[in-house]
Amino acid sequence: MADTTITEEKKSEVSHEEHHEELSFLRKYIFSTDHKMIGIQYTITGGLFLFFGFGLMMLMRWSLAYPDQPLPILGFLVGNNGIMTPDTYNTFGAMHGTIMVFMGVVPLAFGAFGNFVLPLQIGAVDMAFPKINAFSYWCLFVGGVIMLASFFLPEGAAKSGWTSYAPLADIDIGLGQTFWLVGMIFLITSSLMGSINFIVTAIQLRAPGMTYMRLPFFVWTQLVTAVLLLLAFPPLEAAGLLQLMDRVAGTSFFLPTGLVISGEVADISGGGSPLLWQHLFWFLAHPEVYVLILPAMGIVTEVITNNARKPVFGYKLMVYSLIFLGFMSFSVWAHHMFMTGMGTTLNAFFQTTTMIISVPSVIILSCLFLTLWGGSIRFNTPMLFALGFLPMFGIGGLTGLPLGLSASDIHLHDTLYVIGHFHYVVAPGTLFGLFAGIYYWFPKVSGRLMNETLGKLHFWGTLIFMNLVFFPMLIQGMAGINRRLHDGGASYADATAIIDPGFYSHAANYLYLNKWMSMSAWALGLVQIIFLVNLLWSIKKGKKVGRNPWNATTVEWAAPSPPGHGNFESAVEVYNGPYEYSVPGAAKDFSPQFEKGAST
Amino acid sequence: MSTIEIPYVSKPRPDTGLVNAKLGIWLFLASEVMLFGGLFSAYVLLRIGAEIWPEGVSILNVPLATLNTVVLISSSITMVMAWASLVRRDINKYRFYNYITIACGLIFLVVKYFEYSAKLHHGLFPSESTFLAIYFTLTGLHVLHVIGGMLVLAYLQFIGSKMWNTDPARFTGRVECAGLFWHLVDLVWIFLFPTLYLM
Ligand code: HEM
Ligand SMILES: [Cu+2]
Repeated sequence: MADTTITEEKKSEVSHEEHHEELSFLRKYIFSTDHKMIGIQYTITGGLFLFFGFGLMMLMRWSLAYPDQPLPILGFLVGNNGIMTPDTYNTFGAMHGTIMVFMGVVPLAFGAFGNFVLPLQIGAVDMAFPKINAFSYWCLFVGGVIMLASFFLPEGAAKSGWTSYAPLADIDIGLGQTFWLVGMIFLITSSLMGSINFIVTAIQLRAPGMTYMRLPFFVWTQLVTAVLLLLAFPPLEAAGLLQLMDRVAGTSFFLPTGLVISGEVADISGGGSPLLWQHLFWFLAHPEVYVLILPAMGIVTEVITNNARKPVFGYKLMVYSLIFLGFMSFSVWAHHMFMTGMGTTLNAFFQTTTMIISVPSVIILSCLFLTLWGGSIRFNTPMLFALGFLPMFGIGGLTGLPLGLSASDIHLHDTLYVIGHFHYVVAPGTLFGLFAGIYYWFPKVSGRLMNETLGKLHFWGTLIFMNLVFFPMLIQGMAGINRRLHDGGASYADATAIIDPGFYSHAANYLYLNKWMSMSAWALGLVQIIFLVNLLWSIKKGKKVGRNPWNATTVEWAAPSPPGHGNFESAVEVYNGPYEYSVPGAAKDFSPQFEKGAST
Repeated sequence: MSTIEIPYVSKPRPDTGLVNAKLGIWLFLASEVMLFGGLFSAYVLLRIGAEIWPEGVSILNVPLATLNTVVLISSSITMVMAWASLVRRDINKYRFYNYITIACGLIFLVVKYFEYSAKLHHGLFPSESTFLAIYFTLTGLHVLHVIGGMLVLAYLQFIGSKMWNTDPARFTGRVECAGLFWHLVDLVWIFLFPTLYLM
């Protein structure tokens, strides 16, 4: 075994911090190549985008609850005397989705946490390619600037949904959609470079003794996420290039022959296929949804096993499930396309693969629940968020099953039920995971703890209001209210406005929920102020802690808080599995990976 | 600028047998395969769905494309020779072969330029038909890759080769990675040529 060799020379290596030369402000904070600083850059950028996307949504919720009424105070933001037009609603909706997914959650879950934590957890000095790492961040930045700039175009930003379905997106007037495509190409490049970096780092820079089966589950989730990004994003890039050609060079990749636009046959060569876009898009975007959830699962695993003071249940089973899930996620994409008339054979195929892919997620979730069994649980803020994740992700996953069966999807497709489904996975799911991670690793980043009272307030507020926002969506969706309606379905109740009065009346009884959901969404926004205050206050005033405040076992806790340039004072060696908590006969209830003989 | 040293930049890690850059370039190539794979599947889907699909021969210039195929394959060979010269520690030979590789890339671009301008001259724009659209998109993206590869090779020829004096193993590794990329660009063309011109 590798753990019999102690290298005294390595211990005596001079600490990196001591002869650490002073870097200029620009080098240290702006064009840094240090993975920790880049991680923080990702955190700030991703966090700001997340709040911006949330802001768009809060404005949209006004239009849903009070359609065609002027927005008080903030009316100048939506123009048109504060009355949100359907066009503006579409713009906000498309950009809300794009910003949340590609510029908020991915940079946070992958860029920020992966960058800061992954090298530390494997005992590495930095990422394998520090300069490419900085390049990835700056690609995200440029992509983000392009997306934001598109709001100021005369015709406004993209408005064809975050899915940019053709032919709508192809023929949208103005430059908004073109900006969206160019911005996406930057965001994709950023993720591609990042994923190469992560994979190489996790494989090549593991400390001595850090075998694959000793990798913390978080590292595994990042590794699988990186593979998904690496292989799934290029087809979307291809699709983006084709759509760009359609818009700029006048080609017809996604435009069918005889397309009629505003009552006139379009002057195009035709021969293209709108479905081609959907295939290419979902080939990315289904793996993408796992990109959104897997890092959160990794964070939650770290937090739960640490605070249950027990080894995670079925570590190997979790790792194999994860890898299987990664593979499978490339073969389910067309469950988003049951209603396109693909035919029953394809539907049957994709509904089968969809049922199969639910199994590994359920295994991982069960393992996390079983980890709690018989543990002496510490209910601190990170743990509360991690525990909240479990049932919330559970609801998200379970509501996915009726969507995955084509017979029931016929009724649910394109309704608010779908919105409820994936928001349960991404909002109280992934976001809870990210919050857990922020509270958990904040001491490593800053050397201070975040405030517990404020943290708990933040947790309970968030939990309650998230559910009040998203659960009614499932009900409204089952009542048949469509998604992407700027009036939240009010026209359903308007018996005079539709050809067949009463046809939609079944949905009218559920429209009153819109006001409640909007109020809850705004309350949810207010609760986040507690988090911001806590974050800013704790950076300066939080309780100071040492390197291992949670008595954790993984390697990042061997480094000083915050770690200096080069991370560890002396080279790390790994002697144990990742989660050796409460080992019988050991001196303390945790046996760190980096302490020799700790588990005996 | 940074005081820390990343391990395995020039010496392979014993248990994986790889240097970082080598693994990195293979991963990059995997993503490139997915990129062109996506475009090729778009081609297949469009062609299956089309009522009429012109024969490449009737629109495109096969002799010029054949010439370009020969040029690119030759450049792949000189690329290998360049790397092999470095392994034998002969930097001058490397410089010589690398020049030829870059020159081949240049010839390819010039030929492509004549092909494109002839098409545009006859009013054969990408917006004319789905066939021309996919032809211009696929070959255009490929041309961008050729240009990118040439930039890397030129960098290694002039500025990058200073590293030969300080860290020859790492420099050889870089040339190998550039070579792998160049072979991929070559390979993509070998698929493009029959698909677009002959089928
Ligand atoms: C665990 C099992 C899951 C199943 C069986 C499942 C199934 C489905 C199906 C069939 C749809 C398409 C519904 C329709 O458009 O009619 C869908 C939509 C969606 N799912 Fe899931 N899902 C699962 C988990 C997840 C996870 C983990 C995430 C993300 C973190 C996610 C995110 C989404 C998103 C974003 C959409 C909507 C995309 C759109 O149309 O805008 N799902 N899901
Ligand atoms: Cu999906």
